[in-house]
Amino acid sequence: MTETLNSLDSGSAAGFSIDEGEVSRFSALAAKWWDVKGEFAPLHKFNPTRVKFIRETCLDHFALDYRKRAPFEGLQLLDVGCGGGLLSEPMRRMGFTVTGLDASEKNIGTASAHAAQGGLDIRYLNQTVEQLAESDEVLYHVVLTMEVIEHVSDPEAFLRTCASLVKPGGLLFVATLNRTAKAYGLAIVGAEYVLQWVPKGTHDWKKFLMPEEIRSFLDGTELMPEPPVGVSYNPLTQEWALSDDTDVNYMVVAKYPVTAVL
Amino acid sequence: MAGMTLALALKSGGLEVALVERQPFDDMLDVSFDGRASAIAYACFRQWKALGVGDVLEKHACRMDEIFVTDGHLPGASAPKPLPFFLHFASEEISDRTGDEPLGYMVENRQVRKALYEEIVNQGIRLISPASVVDNREDGSFAEVDLDTGETLRAPLVVSAEGRKSTLREKAGIKHINWAYDQSAVVCTVQMEHSHNHVAYEHFLPTGPFAILPLNDSRACIVWSETHAKAKALMQVDDQLFYDHLIGRFGEFLGDLTVVGEKFIYPLGLGLAEEMHKGRLALLGDSAHGIHPIAGQGLNLGLKDVAALAEVLIEAARLGEDIGTDLVLERYAKWRRFDNVSTSVIMDGFVRLFSNGNPLLRAVRGVGIGLFNKVPTLRQFVMEDAGAATGDLPKLLRGELV
Repeated sequence: MTETLNSLDSGSAAGFSIDEGEVSRFSALAAKWWDVKGEFAPLHKFNPTRVKFIRETCLDHFALDYRKRAPFEGLQLLDVGCGGGLLSEPMRRMGFTVTGLDASEKNIGTASAHAAQGGLDIRYLNQTVEQLAESDEVLYHVVLTMEVIEHVSDPEAFLRTCASLVKPGGLLFVATLNRTAKAYGLAIVGAEYVLQWVPKGTHDWKKFLMPEEIRSFLDGTELMPEPPVGVSYNPLTQEWALSDDTDVNYMVVAKYPVTAVL
Repeated sequence: MAGMTLALALKSGGLEVALVERQPFDDMLDVSFDGRASAIAYACFRQWKALGVGDVLEKHACRMDEIFVTDGHLPGASAPKPLPFFLHFASEEISDRTGDEPLGYMVENRQVRKALYEEIVNQGIRLISPASVVDNREDGSFAEVDLDTGETLRAPLVVSAEGRKSTLREKAGIKHINWAYDQSAVVCTVQMEHSHNHVAYEHFLPTGPFAILPLNDSRACIVWSETHAKAKALMQVDDQLFYDHLIGRFGEFLGDLTVVGEKFIYPLGLGLAEEMHKGRLALLGDSAHGIHPIAGQGLNLGLKDVAALAEVLIEAARLGEDIGTDLVLERYAKWRRFDNVSTSVIMDGFVRLFSNGNPLLRAVRGVGIGLFNKVPTLRQFVMEDAGAATGDLPKLLRGELV
């Protein structure tokens, strides 16, 4: 396995090259990640709701035409903790120039293999956001960190690093789980033990974050967090939707006060 | 026609489309290619308006403001008297909800094809014709289709709008259930002495329905269902004998008749695909469901498929989703499955109930129709349903672009 963090001037958008011998392993993993009825089915069901939220918030913020197929052409997006690329791919199709980061080599390999199958040019880097911030001067119009912050050891430092990579006038999206009794019941007991949507031990309730904490982590940065938006699951329709209930899953958008800088 | 409409709908939502057509377009636009006319539900006509072909088609479309349904009988000295019951639908009854739209429009198929074709050229949609599919397969995130021209097309999604006999459906291994009726429809156009006043008539004769569907310029499209043998015979008799049989069924209430143009014959049947999608293939219109044309719902079902599929695909594409996945295509199937299957089965029941000379059955359906006529809400629902305006309507059927 060779792993190169090739620079952007190599002409290839992909920042991660897969060793020939590893292609089949990653392709198999990609098939798993992207099987809409398989192991990651709950994530695939959840995905359109958050993608729609990101799309609509960005259309509104950057004043773009909603009827366009790829309205975000020319804008840079960073997907921190991209996993198998479930968000990076739709973001690329919507026109963003996408960089996907993941600390797991397996995830980056998987995401690269899948993007290649679909002919999508996405720069995937096997790095942490701290490493990227040190090595790269590039700033992004949009930074996403979706369902990641509850897995890192120092969430405040992590979020501030993410915020430092947002271009003036840009947007930061954070999605996580709230540290409430309800979240314990639904996300830990319900999703991990009863429904077995995600493997046991996926989440540590103590590391869940309250919206006020997200807000305080961003104190002193230029970014102004908006009120949190809840994402709720309706067991009757078996669909996810945006809601006022931020007790379990929620998202926060933090914006630069002035968009004219772009 | 459903396929061409889909191409325009997808293009309007910013998707890139290639349209493969087996027949050369010049042939399809010729009068001798297809003599049929289609009843277009008003909601389906709204979709064409939204897609920019409404103005052209309106010139050729004949409003259908009323429909009379009678339980007919064959002419002859020993024929029983017609039962006093008949069904009457009038657009006035639902005009408060439809804004004076008719129950539907009658348009000749060749006019529909011509209008759609011209708009497709106008929109710069890639048209590959004449060409047909010889093979198809999947390769990662793409479907690949080999054409007999030697070209291979690659796209995230392939839609089969091939009609009842679908090569793509067969190759994908989607099971298809077929029932053939022992009936063929003889179709021709007649010129009448008097105007039809925008009224359609459907006589349920024991051998099958006989429909008089209003066209512009005091013409009407005749859809005359008979057993295969009788229908074939009708195609071969001389003009005078054909006229004699025709006037016997049609009656003389609109004055004298002249048959204009050619006669066509189509075998009738019901075909239903077990799935509306598989892998990166989606079925549209008659590829998924070919129904008996008894109430003119065949093309309408296809056009309703178009509105639902276009909305699902355009919205998925805008969300950056891979439009060829089960997750996306299942939304389309869920939206359309109930309507398609229930309409097919109801139409099948109609054919079996009405294509029957049993006096007891005639009495039962006579009473049923009489009752049905006395309950306006039920009748209004049927009209709106046939107008494709019930249920969770896709945007295009409301006349809006996605």
